[in-house]
Amino acid sequence: MADMFTVKVITPDRVFYEGEVSMVELKTTEGDIGVYKNHIPMTCIVAPGVLNLYEAAGVKKAALHTGFVEILQDQVTILAEVAEWPEEIDKNRAEEARIRAERRLSGKDGSIDVARAELALKKALLRIKLSS
Amino acid sequence: MATMREIKRRKESIQSTQQITKAMKVVSSAKLQKAKAKAENTHAYFNQMYATVSSMLAKSGTIDHPYLKAGQSEKKAIIAITSNRGLAGGYNSNIVKLITGSDFKKEDIILYTIGRKGRDVLKGKGFEIAGDYSDAIEAPLYQDAVDVGKDVLAKFAAGEIGEIYLAYTHFKNTVVHIPKMIKLLPVDISTDGTGESAADKAMMNYEPNEEEALDAIIPKYIYSLIYGGMNEAVASENGARMQAMDNASSNAEAMIESLSLLYNRARQSSITQELTEIIAGADAVG
Repeated sequence: MADMFTVKVITPDRVFYEGEVSMVELKTTEGDIGVYKNHIPMTCIVAPGVLNLYEAAGVKKAALHTGFVEILQDQVTILAEVAEWPEEIDKNRAEEARIRAERRLSGKDGSIDVARAELALKKALLRIKLSS
Repeated sequence: MATMREIKRRKESIQSTQQITKAMKVVSSAKLQKAKAKAENTHAYFNQMYATVSSMLAKSGTIDHPYLKAGQSEKKAIIAITSNRGLAGGYNSNIVKLITGSDFKKEDIILYTIGRKGRDVLKGKGFEIAGDYSDAIEAPLYQDAVDVGKDVLAKFAAGEIGEIYLAYTHFKNTVVHIPKMIKLLPVDISTDGTGESAADKAMMNYEPNEEEALDAIIPKYIYSLIYGGMNEAVASENGARMQAMDNASSNAEAMIESLSLLYNRARQSSITQELTEIIAGADAVG
């Protein structure tokens, strides 16, 4: 069993998660990373992706959108603007959002904010993936 | 001396006012409990954000980043948080006073108002109002804070404003609310007392690099400040209203008491007068 360390996930409205894990996996703007205890101190920017929390009892999954993560040797703090457990996700809404974002991207009339539409699409896909 | 009927009418009108103030007190104390819990929940996020940003800045003193230095413009944006409703004692006027009494020149101030009461008064005083987000204060969402923050940051980035301030009412506890003006940009976090923690994190690495990390984190820091300010302001508003209504109810109580005394005196004197008249009449007849 690997060494355990503390992970905190904080959103503007609540402390989303706080617990002991052996490893945490998440997606940053530079790619997916996995963090064990005694990682070098690092601050990264979070990209929309799945957050995997390897607890002693099993793996917990959550959706994580935009925010940043501060990694210290014995503690990882994730400040997220939005974080959701799979059971909190409304799949139908996510499906609608996906279709809307895809339509906007395929429209290509130059008037849309491509970066924003892509971000919306990523978020929708992530929600669908986690909830199914 | 006022007639009995006048006194009675007056007393009744005060009584019905008192009923209203009592009801408002109950409503605002219920709202206060909710707002207080919400403000406390946002604290965790804000404190962590503050700790992270201050340790980043303590370490990266040499970074040359637009968010860390004042813009060229003399203009100062103030985000003023008041309420949409009155009857909250000095709550709204304290924020107005904070802004009118500040050292800034009136022409240099650009206001972004959240809350109709403050907006109306400040507009009447001739301040320039660039944006109004009054609907947000009813039930502040994080997204509302992001909307306000984005607008202001866009102006800052475009060089139209040089500094950004936030004027809100700090919720210290249920009875103490302090109007406060804090500087949002350029970020100005005193490193006093945080020296030790800064040393702990001296080895912090940033991905992709420090500047991009600052680019991403500073706006979030601003949004969290605005969001925290909105939540504290809502709690303060309800606290201030609860106090104001409590005072109004007890004032009404005192007035009713003195009017009752007057009323009883008037009643007694009219009875005495009637008696005197009857006796005098009986004497005359006898």
